[in-house]
Amino acid sequence: MAKINIKIEGIPYEVEEGLTVLEAARACGYQIPSLCAFNHGECSRGSCRVCLVEVKGARGLVASCVYPVNEGMEITISSPAATAARRASVELLLSNHSMKCQQCDKNEYCELLYAARVTGAREDMFQGSKTPTTIDEITPSIVRDTSKCILCGRCIERCGNAHGKSVLGFEKRGFNTIVAPAENRTLDKSPCILCGQCVTVCPTGALMEKSEIGKVDEAMKAGKYVVVQTAPAVRAALGEEFGMKIGTPVTGKMVAALRRLGFKKVFDTNYSADLTIMEEATELLGRIKNGGVLPMITSCSPGWINFAEIHYGDLLPHLSTCKSPHEMFGAILKTFYAEKIGVDPKDMFVVSVMPCTAKKFEKEREQLQRDGIKDVDAVLTTRELGRLIKRSGIEFTKLPDEEFDNDIVGDYTGAGVIFGVTGGVMEAALRTAYHALTGKEHEMIKFEAVRGFDGIKSAEIDINGMKVKVAVAHGMKNASVLLDDIRAGKSDYHFIEIMGCPGGCIAGGGQPYVKPQFLPNEDIDILDTYKQKRANALYSEDERQTLRQSHNNPQIKALYDQFLGEPNSHLAHELLHTSYKPRKAFRD
Amino acid sequence: MFHLSEAAVAQINGICDRYADEPTPLIMILEDIQKEYGYIPLEVQEIVSERTGISVAEIYGVVTFYSFFSLKPKGKYVIGCCLGTACYVKGAQRVIDKFSELLGIKPGGTTDDGMFTIDALRCIGACSIAPAVTINGKVYPKVDVKEVPGIIAEYRNAGGAE
Repeated sequence: MAKINIKIEGIPYEVEEGLTVLEAARACGYQIPSLCAFNHGECSRGSCRVCLVEVKGARGLVASCVYPVNEGMEITISSPAATAARRASVELLLSNHSMKCQQCDKNEYCELLYAARVTGAREDMFQGSKTPTTIDEITPSIVRDTSKCILCGRCIERCGNAHGKSVLGFEKRGFNTIVAPAENRTLDKSPCILCGQCVTVCPTGALMEKSEIGKVDEAMKAGKYVVVQTAPAVRAALGEEFGMKIGTPVTGKMVAALRRLGFKKVFDTNYSADLTIMEEATELLGRIKNGGVLPMITSCSPGWINFAEIHYGDLLPHLSTCKSPHEMFGAILKTFYAEKIGVDPKDMFVVSVMPCTAKKFEKEREQLQRDGIKDVDAVLTTRELGRLIKRSGIEFTKLPDEEFDNDIVGDYTGAGVIFGVTGGVMEAALRTAYHALTGKEHEMIKFEAVRGFDGIKSAEIDINGMKVKVAVAHGMKNASVLLDDIRAGKSDYHFIEIMGCPGGCIAGGGQPYVKPQFLPNEDIDILDTYKQKRANALYSEDERQTLRQSHNNPQIKALYDQFLGEPNSHLAHELLHTSYKPRKAFRD
Repeated sequence: MFHLSEAAVAQINGICDRYADEPTPLIMILEDIQKEYGYIPLEVQEIVSERTGISVAEIYGVVTFYSFFSLKPKGKYVIGCCLGTACYVKGAQRVIDKFSELLGIKPGGTTDDGMFTIDALRCIGACSIAPAVTINGKVYPKVDVKEVPGIIAEYRNAGGAE
């Protein structure tokens, strides 16, 4: 890219051509206060008017997030006119904002509050009309509160990228403008898949996860036997809640924190990821051998399951019937494990810490409970766990490293760890499928072709002369390409992995917010690199394991020997498998 | 919720296909549907979304942004009361209030018998004859509150005769 010369505050700089003033200033070490702007224009561009600066020769102040730099441009950020205008812009936004900051779970990461602080904006400077408020907290996953919305449009863009066709859009006009699903419907009656990607980009508390910390408190208070399990992706990001660099694995500290929070047992969902692989690989090989429905598609991601039921109801027979790993774990804990330790399953309360908001909805599915007992009782996001730890006064960074419980269940292999990143489930399944078909371990262990963040990855693996064709997609926009091919009868894959969130669980809707203004010690391109950094944390944990294939997990072997019989046995089907049913996009 | 006939679905798809080569066809498609059916309910928006790849949320946003588009069926006679500045100072508010009172509906609403819809319009460019009212394209100049019952009766009689 060609370089051009500009001046900021009178000081000459050389910057890349084609950048906006905001991006160029950032590259030169200036953080222009801005609000609606998001990474690479993933927003409604220039709507909030907070990033105003002076550009010599321009008519009036310019919005730096949409104004391109050009040769010889002279930019002033600090002039009295620009600082006053930025402050007024924030004050106008505050005049139509609910200002219930103390009760707002977003306040620590609220970009509006931050913009108000840096610009010196005060509330109550402008009195006037307010947008009629809608608060939708009907789904177990996401709360939408229009009284906190600043109409930045980030959620609309992100939803378009994650869901494919945005569920959210601007509707009505003037002061009545809101961001909502069509007809201002509640999310449960819209095509929303509850992935929570919108929550991760929302600058304020307008979109948030629905907290279940209260449910956990109740269970503790009621004297239940409360156990917790954590998904692989949580350890790759939880440290960020406590100021640790992105990509720092915090497995040991997380376990230590959970013990100090009063959980009777602290388990790793990786154990049941291994169990999932045993069931799923067996199911796949069965379908291949017996002429079953192919390609088979993974079923670990509840956002993807919602999408399949809403938009591809005709393809549901392609989905693996395996429950997602944390649900499998819940089912095993409330049967096999409860009996072993002599606890009544009714008194057991299983909490899952997940990088995901859709898991909150998933646990309520009627297919995932038996005799009125849910497999999993509460789901906390990684962010909620962060809040729980802070609330309890635990100094996370000073905790010792502790090990997960693995008395009867809980051991895990490297294959389970990589479930948290796109391509990981596929890689774990291939390791075990290879062994099942050849009786040998794949000498490479790593299947590089399914790693990385390309939207769609595919590979062909030769197993005993049989060519197994696989594909991996993350984000529903990418998945739709593969699904449309299946619908058209053009897909020759055997096995497809689909994860709802772009990047997989490491960038899930329940993961810590990545907002550059709150991360002064990260590189300026952190929004482009954080997924890889979190993924590396998981891949490195896989490499540290001595056992890296699910079928080599000794406790999984024991579970089959003592309880389930064999993969896909009758009991395994009863406890570890589920069913799906089509739903309309706009339901009454 | 009602269900569209196959013929209606085919017709809507046909309207979408008219603009298949347009880079931004949405408004043109919606205009044609509005003219054809008089309104654009969610079910129709879903069909347009399926055909064009544009999200329902975006289509709904456009429909609710422009007052030309309607989500509900309009009456046989659409009473457009201008509330632009000139008409307003000449008493247009009293005129529209009288229509509302006599028909028992608010501006934007439609009578239960499907006969009348009242629309509040911003300036229609007829300031010299303020306050102006239009009914299905026919313009009534300098409307006085006292004339309102007569205007309604005129259409009710005509409509009743059909």
